[in-house]
Amino acid sequence: MATIYIDNKPFEVEEGQSLLSACLSLGFNIPYFCWHPAMHSVGSCRQCAVKQFRDENDTRGYIIMSCMCGVQDGMRISIDDPEARQFRAGVIQWLMTNHPHDCPICDEGGECHLQDMTVMTGHTLREFRFKKRTYNNQDLGPFLNHEMNRCIQCYRCFRFYVDYAGGRDFHVFGINRRIYFGRHKDGPLENEFSGNLVEVCPTGVFTDKTLKKHYTRKWDLQTAPSVCVHCSLGCNTIPGERYNMLRRILNRYNGQVNRYFLCDRGRFGYEFVSSDKRIRKPIVRSEIGDASHTVSSDEALSRVCKILSESPGIVGIGSPRASLESNFMLRALVGPSRFYAGLSDQDTRIVSSIVNTLTKGPARSPSLHDTELADAVLVLGEDLTNSAPMLALAMRQTVRVKPMDLVDARKVPRWDDSAVRKVMQDSKGPLFIASPAPGKLDEIASGTYHAAPPDLARLGFAIAGELSSNAAHVTDLPRDLQSVAQRIAQFLMEAQRPLVISGTGCGSESVVQAAANVALALIENGRKADLCYVLPECNSLGLGLMDAGSLDDALNEIRSGKADTVIVLENDLYRRMSSELAEELFRAARHVIAIDHTVTKTTERAHLVLPAGTFAESDGTFINNEGRGQRFFQVIACRDGIRESWRWIIDIMSEIGRPEVTEMSKLDDVTASMAEAMPAFADLPKIAPRADFRQRGMKIARQPHRYSGRTAMLANVTVHEPKPAEDPDTPLAFSMEGYQEQPPSALIPRFWSPGWNSVQSVNKFQSEINGPLVGGDPGLRLIEPLSAEHTVFFSHIPEALQHRPDEWYFVTLYHIFGSEELSVMSPGIGERAPAPYVGLRTDDAAALGFHEGDLVKVIIDTETQQLEVKIVPGLPMGVAGLPVGLPGISWVQLPAWGRLSTI
Amino acid sequence: MEKPLTANFRPGEPLSLKEYEKLGGYQALRTALKMGPDEIIQLISQSNLRGRGGAGFPTGTKWSAVPSPKDLPGTRYFIADADEMEPGTFKDRLLMEGDPHQFLEGVIIGSYAIHAEEAFIFLRWEYTLAQSRLKSAISEAYSRGYLGNDIMGTGVNVRVHLHVSAGRYICGEGTALVNSLEGKRAVPHSKVPRQTDCGLWGRPTLMNNVETLCNVPHIINNGPEWFKNLSNSKDGGTKIYAVSGKVKRPGAWELPMGTTIREILEENAGGMRDGLKFRGVMPGGASTDFLVEQHLDVKMDYDSVQKAGSRLGTGTMIVLDDQTCPVGMVHNLEHFFARESCGWCTPCREGLPWVASILKAMEEGHGQPDDLDVLRFHTKHLGPGRTYCALAPGAMEPLQSALVYFREDFERHITEKRCPWR
Repeated sequence: MATIYIDNKPFEVEEGQSLLSACLSLGFNIPYFCWHPAMHSVGSCRQCAVKQFRDENDTRGYIIMSCMCGVQDGMRISIDDPEARQFRAGVIQWLMTNHPHDCPICDEGGECHLQDMTVMTGHTLREFRFKKRTYNNQDLGPFLNHEMNRCIQCYRCFRFYVDYAGGRDFHVFGINRRIYFGRHKDGPLENEFSGNLVEVCPTGVFTDKTLKKHYTRKWDLQTAPSVCVHCSLGCNTIPGERYNMLRRILNRYNGQVNRYFLCDRGRFGYEFVSSDKRIRKPIVRSEIGDASHTVSSDEALSRVCKILSESPGIVGIGSPRASLESNFMLRALVGPSRFYAGLSDQDTRIVSSIVNTLTKGPARSPSLHDTELADAVLVLGEDLTNSAPMLALAMRQTVRVKPMDLVDARKVPRWDDSAVRKVMQDSKGPLFIASPAPGKLDEIASGTYHAAPPDLARLGFAIAGELSSNAAHVTDLPRDLQSVAQRIAQFLMEAQRPLVISGTGCGSESVVQAAANVALALIENGRKADLCYVLPECNSLGLGLMDAGSLDDALNEIRSGKADTVIVLENDLYRRMSSELAEELFRAARHVIAIDHTVTKTTERAHLVLPAGTFAESDGTFINNEGRGQRFFQVIACRDGIRESWRWIIDIMSEIGRPEVTEMSKLDDVTASMAEAMPAFADLPKIAPRADFRQRGMKIARQPHRYSGRTAMLANVTVHEPKPAEDPDTPLAFSMEGYQEQPPSALIPRFWSPGWNSVQSVNKFQSEINGPLVGGDPGLRLIEPLSAEHTVFFSHIPEALQHRPDEWYFVTLYHIFGSEELSVMSPGIGERAPAPYVGLRTDDAAALGFHEGDLVKVIIDTETQQLEVKIVPGLPMGVAGLPVGLPGISWVQLPAWGRLSTI
Repeated sequence: MEKPLTANFRPGEPLSLKEYEKLGGYQALRTALKMGPDEIIQLISQSNLRGRGGAGFPTGTKWSAVPSPKDLPGTRYFIADADEMEPGTFKDRLLMEGDPHQFLEGVIIGSYAIHAEEAFIFLRWEYTLAQSRLKSAISEAYSRGYLGNDIMGTGVNVRVHLHVSAGRYICGEGTALVNSLEGKRAVPHSKVPRQTDCGLWGRPTLMNNVETLCNVPHIINNGPEWFKNLSNSKDGGTKIYAVSGKVKRPGAWELPMGTTIREILEENAGGMRDGLKFRGVMPGGASTDFLVEQHLDVKMDYDSVQKAGSRLGTGTMIVLDDQTCPVGMVHNLEHFFARESCGWCTPCREGLPWVASILKAMEEGHGQPDDLDVLRFHTKHLGPGRTYCALAPGAMEPLQSALVYFREDFERHITEKRCPWR
């Protein structure tokens, strides 16, 4: 700790940080632009000037940039010094010489860091009387709007896009006052994290193009804390609503999870909520294939009751994209023995293997932020950029951990970004990627190995074998691969904080087990190793913890005749099983009731469909890949026939007179009941404050205090202002009346602080810059590892892949835009999704006489489909890639052998 | 009076390698190779040679700042800054065109002194003649064994790479030059760690100006005492002084360090053209403060010029006469600096064009009374420490001194709503 004097008052601050960061942590307001808490200092904007004095007798002092000075014990500075203030106002005036002052028509207006800083410095009158410079803007694709005239050249966009996120199609062009930030020519930004420019840009150069289509000012948005539903990482988000429409997603800082950033799928995937495929009223159809019609909710409920009361047995099929609460209520309705996870046999087994490894062994699952701190990484079987994008972004920071030793050795402060990059140059820490196909992260990897899943597993087992004599050894590995295994084992052992990443991406239990063996072997050697598994969906791990049977089990139950009614919760069976089996299920079941928010093949077949809320219309809990339970809150009040899935089930249960729901009406009742019923979820009620929580006697307002037009919004319908929607489930209110300041971190509906209208206001909510939110980051880990004596190595080593004549080994290829079910319904994401294809390496395609774009027949199991050939260089020999999950491709369980033929 | 730097200058082609050797060329390199790096650095330190690029940093101190291979093993680089772009400055050009081998010998000795095996000459792209002369000098030196591997059987390796710059004034800033050489944008970067520790590609890097390096062989040959005695002041050696502006004989001359401004102007440049009176001079290029009549007897060495309120800079003067508009002259310079701002930091990127616009407006008769306050705001707030590098503070030097010495001229532009010289 160091003592610094700010305007003659002493303060205790942490050493090793910049003065700016120390002052902001202390709550002082110093304006800044180029500094960013995640990207640190470069000293380009000169906005954060303060005055430093040599000692207490120095009255003149000298101007310094607070971002470019480290905290030193005894240093004396003044923020309030008149000359420093004049200079800071001068910097704004300089920036304003070219800024167009188009705030009224700028999408950033009202949440603009430049506006905030302008007011903060007190600059009011611009003396510049000459012409401003202007630019041409670019079409940057469906996500971002570009308005270069507003640019204040803080370089943050470039530093984020290129330095932080590894983008290559964005640069700084030109010189002097004609500096230009953009692409070399018009075209969609290729980087998967481009949307962060919306928040990184301090003004309105990069704004959200999807928001622009249905624009609303920040102060007019009703917001609530939420969690992203588009992968298993569970990034925290702030969705914004107006007129019952979801308008946009912003990042919600969580020091342990996504911190300052989101991926483009998470930010721009939200428009499925407003899709015209939404189900808004209950639907009934008498026979499968018959015409459907909508009915009232009461009518639907009584029909469901009739079906259930006449049924000899009901099967419940849950979903990894539905909340814990919804899955739990379905389980309660049908009974634990007839509740199924809604995944294929193979997928259920893999998830269960992951759950067992993380809960019954010593390997700890790291938080997303923990992964950024690792100093050596093995990725086994995942294409992170496409299956868990933010983890890929984390890896780009992780490879900088080890080279920080060089920086420390030169006594260069870590906050001095350009000095750090100078010292580090291109050196990167160890990151080995073993995956079926080349991925974007390969460019930062210290080594790669592309092979079929069984071979990847064998490499993993071999590494574990190198590390521990207790782990199973691979005896017949080719010598060069064995030496690769040795090298990896060595760098993992040498690391302070090694990390193994694997997941469900390969569809291989062996890969998951091999990764576990590596982590276990490291732990056995006394290393603090983390084991991070990527799962397919937002609540895959939560559903896995419920330990339910597979879809195949469900089908058998129906085949056996013990059950004739199926309730499918937020799940499209055609994405989980072959269409042949799905069709059989629909034929065998007398009644299929679907609860979902959007039309799928399943809801199109079901006899009865109940309209569910999406994440935006629901309260609930997801468990991310770390095992962190995270509560999400309604941002749109349910209307039309829409109800949260768990509420539909409570209503059904109470309609049929089930005694356990007589006292159950609210979310808290569901979580309490779940905590009681299932020990794994004992802490579920503690994840967020209960509905009766009040701050200063008030609920937390979802609407900002400046929310406008409240009394006029529905004036075309009625002149009487309607009563705000009730929210019995949470401490949040659908109103601008309520607590507007800082609530407990799990309930923060938006970041705002007096004078800080932009997202930068997050610094007022953090306990210190880059630290946890005040009161601790939201979310609660529901799984913890056991001690090291519980180490049990997996011992089933698969055979190496033997090539077969005329057959191809098909593996799944993933696409950040397209592979995920919900986000692809958003127009922007859909536009960026590739057309369906089958991937072949160059020489394999040549051997078959196929060219890029040829239409070919792909036969796997019972499924035959026609797809265009795409050359995917780097695929292993004899391995073909199929992007299962993309619209237009039928589900098949991969990896699997299949055939390819001309049409 | 000895003129070691320009002794070999002659009309037409410069000395070939053979001719240069005949006149004692590359003897210094032979001696240096025998002396060893530490002794060379000691010699240079004793000679009081100060950097001729403008900042005047003692060369020996700079060389000894490079960590020894014992402390930090591995690659190190030597860079000769030949990107001479300071308006009014052309001394390095003359040295490279007039005696390329002298320069090259300095580069090789410098590289050897810091154990660098790779040396870059970062050359201004407009210097096409210097480029072709350096090219042939370098290839001669390679074929004669003064460059390349195992120089003259000593086991020492030095390879020289001639890099022609893309032409930006900011590359005069050492860190920007390094960025540019690395293929990045030519913007300055953090001064921590120092270039001598962590420069080009993160390796220890030494950077010297052309004129500085040309002195090195002579110091090796003749010793530090001889070098100090060349000077009229405590800074060692001779200096290439040059004069441009409306004098009778504009040009460049090698004179003892510390020759007075008057002597240079009157004896070498022949005084003002007939009918013109001297009004002021920028002693060391466009980014130095004006000096006026009262300063004519100031010695042109680092400390004396600084004491008079300006900087020796490159030692190449630009003279202002009484028939030329000082506002127009300053506008010309500020226009240049605004164009050459790299765009990295706000005050320079946005402030300089504003200054240039105001001066242009004044010249066109659109000056306003408040303009002088705005100009003074800039001379204050574009000062050292407030901008990222020295470009904008340098750009403010002619303006701030013009506002003092030629204040009435600025005021007349505003009150008369025209340029009085037009």
